[in-house]
Amino acid sequence: MSTKNIEELEKEFQAKIDADIKIEPNDWMPEAYRKTLMRQISQHAHSEIVGMLPEGNWITRAPSLKRKAVLLAKVQDEAGHGLYLYSAAETLGLDRESSIDDLHSGKAKYSSIFNYPTLSWADMGTIGWLVDGAAIMNQVPLCRCSYGPYARAMVRVCKEESFHQRQGFEIVSLLANGTPEQKQMVQDSLNRFWWPSLMMFGPNDDNSPNSAQSVKWKIKRMSNDELRQQFIDVTVPQAEMVGLTIPDKDLKWNEATGHYDFGAINWEEFNQVIQGNGPCNKDRIDARRNAKENGAWVREAANAFAEKRKKKELTH
Amino acid sequence: MSSKEWPLWEVFIRSKQGLSHKHVGSLRAADAQMAIDNARDVYTRRSEGISIWVIESKLVTASDPDESAELFEPADSKIYRHPTFYNVPDGISHM
Ligand SMILES: [Fe+2]
Ligand SMILES: [Fe+2]
Repeated sequence: MSTKNIEELEKEFQAKIDADIKIEPNDWMPEAYRKTLMRQISQHAHSEIVGMLPEGNWITRAPSLKRKAVLLAKVQDEAGHGLYLYSAAETLGLDRESSIDDLHSGKAKYSSIFNYPTLSWADMGTIGWLVDGAAIMNQVPLCRCSYGPYARAMVRVCKEESFHQRQGFEIVSLLANGTPEQKQMVQDSLNRFWWPSLMMFGPNDDNSPNSAQSVKWKIKRMSNDELRQQFIDVTVPQAEMVGLTIPDKDLKWNEATGHYDFGAINWEEFNQVIQGNGPCNKDRIDARRNAKENGAWVREAANAFAEKRKKKELTH
Repeated sequence: MSSKEWPLWEVFIRSKQGLSHKHVGSLRAADAQMAIDNARDVYTRRSEGISIWVIESKLVTASDPDESAELFEPADSKIYRHPTFYNVPDGISHM
């Protein structure tokens, strides 16, 4: 058993982080590091799972068999992402069931973006392009996160995400080059999803109190505002390329900074959605709760079957 | 509601013939067969594997990271176990 005191352990821990040595589940870690990661990874897992709902809404109405197969594969990937992440969080001592119950009671948060409705088929394009695009921006630096199981889960997730973004952009560019009605439909979708996508990166750095510690622990590698700017810089030219207009009259290339300037984000809306007052918060949580309750008999039956099989094996 | 949580399983995948199984992550399942089925869906959606092993996580015994210094020290001090420890005279090849 270790006889070191807390300060020594914390110093050694930070030295490992500074030397880019990954932290693994059984290694000593400060309680605050564990708690921060448990919260972040479980929120991330919840987002992947709730994130299936807005797209699931269109699986039965996809315009062709090909698009339906693609959308199914994408949504199935998101379920996988949720599972990798719940497992990663469990290595820190998270109790999966109670964490899911926290989501259902409204205690745990998930990404605000999934509380917006998917009103047209074009939203399947916009979500892949912008929402998965923003997720990729967020997740690529997480592949180098100091906590081994989270970093490894992110590597798998990022590999799969690029298909998500491309299939979305393909839908967007086809519609943008389609009939006037199709173009109108995809422009309307961009108008609705642009600002909520920018909010996915979280509050401005000045209003993000825990960020500094997360950067020190190398859980976070880039700030919210840096990531948001990077996202805008790569996305605006893509919109121009397919002839769509970003719904921001203040958006302008800034020669001096080498970045786009952009308009003010409506943080009041963001806070409302985070607090549960977005357009679909209630629907999303109801859907998750119903899924758990209506699936209870399946889980019980699986347990009963496993018991029966075990008994049979023992008597052989 | 009765809710016995499904146990946790560790998943190992052989990516192709000739390579060993490698740990890829974990999942929950009611029994071993279900763990294999779920591992197929969770970890091999893009032909990442040709063979799957699963083992209940509680059956894994791990070395204690706090004792890793003592545990692995004997290997560190035996540098003569490496070929680079030895001098080979100039002009000698195939060795
Ligand atoms: Fe995902
Ligand atoms: Fe995705």
